[in-house]
Amino acid sequence: MLHRQTISEKILSARSGRDASAGDIVICRVDHVIGTDASTPMAIDYFERMGGTRLFNPERVTFAFDHYAPPSPSGEAFHARVRAFVRKYGGTLLEVGEGISFQRAVESGKLLSGDLVVGADSHTVTCGALNVFAIGVGSSDLAVAMMTGEIWLKVPATIHITLAGNRAEGAGAKDVALALVKELGSTGASYRAIEFFDPLDQFAVDDRMVLCNLAVEMDAKAAIFPTDAATRRYLAVRANQYREACNADPGARYQREIVFDVSAVTPQIALPHAPDHVVPIAQAIGTPVQMVFIGTCTGGRVRDFREALEVLVRAGERIAPGVTVVLTPASREVEAILTRDGTLARFAAMGAVVTTPGCGACCGTGGVIPGDGMTVISTANRNFRGRMGNPNASIHLASPAACAAAAATGVIIDPTLLPAAY
Amino acid sequence: MPIQFDGRARRLGHDINTDYIIASARKKETLDGNVLKQYLLERIDPAFAASVRPGDIIVAGRNFGCGSAMEVAVTVIQAAGIVAVAAESFSRSFFRNAINNGLLAVECDTSTIVEGDQLAVTLDGATPAVRDLTRGGRWEGASLPPIMQEILGAGGLVPYIRRRGSLTGDTRRGATGSR
Repeated sequence: MLHRQTISEKILSARSGRDASAGDIVICRVDHVIGTDASTPMAIDYFERMGGTRLFNPERVTFAFDHYAPPSPSGEAFHARVRAFVRKYGGTLLEVGEGISFQRAVESGKLLSGDLVVGADSHTVTCGALNVFAIGVGSSDLAVAMMTGEIWLKVPATIHITLAGNRAEGAGAKDVALALVKELGSTGASYRAIEFFDPLDQFAVDDRMVLCNLAVEMDAKAAIFPTDAATRRYLAVRANQYREACNADPGARYQREIVFDVSAVTPQIALPHAPDHVVPIAQAIGTPVQMVFIGTCTGGRVRDFREALEVLVRAGERIAPGVTVVLTPASREVEAILTRDGTLARFAAMGAVVTTPGCGACCGTGGVIPGDGMTVISTANRNFRGRMGNPNASIHLASPAACAAAAATGVIIDPTLLPAAY
Repeated sequence: MPIQFDGRARRLGHDINTDYIIASARKKETLDGNVLKQYLLERIDPAFAASVRPGDIIVAGRNFGCGSAMEVAVTVIQAAGIVAVAAESFSRSFFRNAINNGLLAVECDTSTIVEGDQLAVTLDGATPAVRDLTRGGRWEGASLPPIMQEILGAGGLVPYIRRRGSLTGDTRRGATGSR
């Protein structure tokens, strides 16, 4: 009989064909392989040098044009390489405007409980919201997975985090995620998986994606939710096949167990230039901002934009003079929904710039680049100096509501104070 | 067969993310390490790249290579002529990418090593180690699992897979293989 396993141990056991425990090295079969336009060109080079002659299964390999969207001339050249590769070997190509690679994987309904996903984008872990073990790798591991459908992994020990207590009014998943990054620090989950548990069913799959995503900023190897009511609600309208939940066994061994009181979480902000440089937003109130970026894999989903619009509406539905507001939906689907319900048109009417779905301005590769001396507030997940393409800009990370409040007022402000204090 | 590199310590701090090693905005123009190496660690020190000598060894604090999993962060370090990296800890994606490209990465106490110290970095079997020839001291790193030793021993993941055809050694999985 198998020992009592964490979700990670269970998935990696099933995919390696052995009873795997934390610390074991296993070679696993991969269910889905994902590359981006930033990582695939180099992976093609490795693939060819490794002697690759075919994809292990073209139906399970996807390449997304998300980082260079829209592309510069050099980005076009990377895209051309990937297109030529797909013509020769197959695989699914998600063109410019289709959205962020792993966002599309989650939306597709094709990720099943217990799947193993390998993606050459560190934020691939986001897929863990759907009870899959998803890991971010570089281009050489991507090449091996493309070619052989295999990856070797050290089975991680797990940190178990219970999201306890009722979420406070005005504090969203992003605030909880930032508070967790602060609590655990930039290396708090190194070489380990985080297993989340949401006993009160108060984090929808879109929220869970934010929580899993920001686990990377604690250096987690993977972050995973069990399958529960929220998972089933999300998949009910998307998936045409299901697999039994891949949840932890009662009595599974965790390296650390944390009961995190989300009721105590207020709106948070990460100050320049580190994602774990987090303080309650109350401590940053009044800082003038010149650019607001709402989008990416931690703030570019439907509810994020609706929440942002609601804050702006409360403040008179206008953007403060001198503030550039940039919106980038995480995917085509998000863009379509927000087009249908008029959300994007209302932002545009206020003067916001709405850009092509994808990674946008997050990493300075395909969007608006802030100018020298500019202070930015963004819904993204990284604020390293120069991250958005200009080392002379300062980036703050916060929730969509906080970003909208800054857009309305021109300063960093607690969104729950609007409009009363405004 | 033991591996040994002797070189000069290039001292860095904690949480050096891959964007600091090489900016995404640089990488979007080219993946050529020989071009990108002029921007190596420009966010930390714009003069760093020009000061690198072949054989230099990066010595860092906690969480080296955090952030993006971009592999060019490793290949640019190699293109600059740096032969090994020692750090108190590595971000896992950087560590994998380093081994996959044959860059020796040693996880050990680096707190007393100073910029310019002459170091010997070794891998003997599973055990990597750093010796400070300038001020004395030797630190063993966490031992490498057999698969990482094999990949490093082969010279990286490319020759490793070329020889075996796959990780499991089943040549039918993708490559033609050449054994």
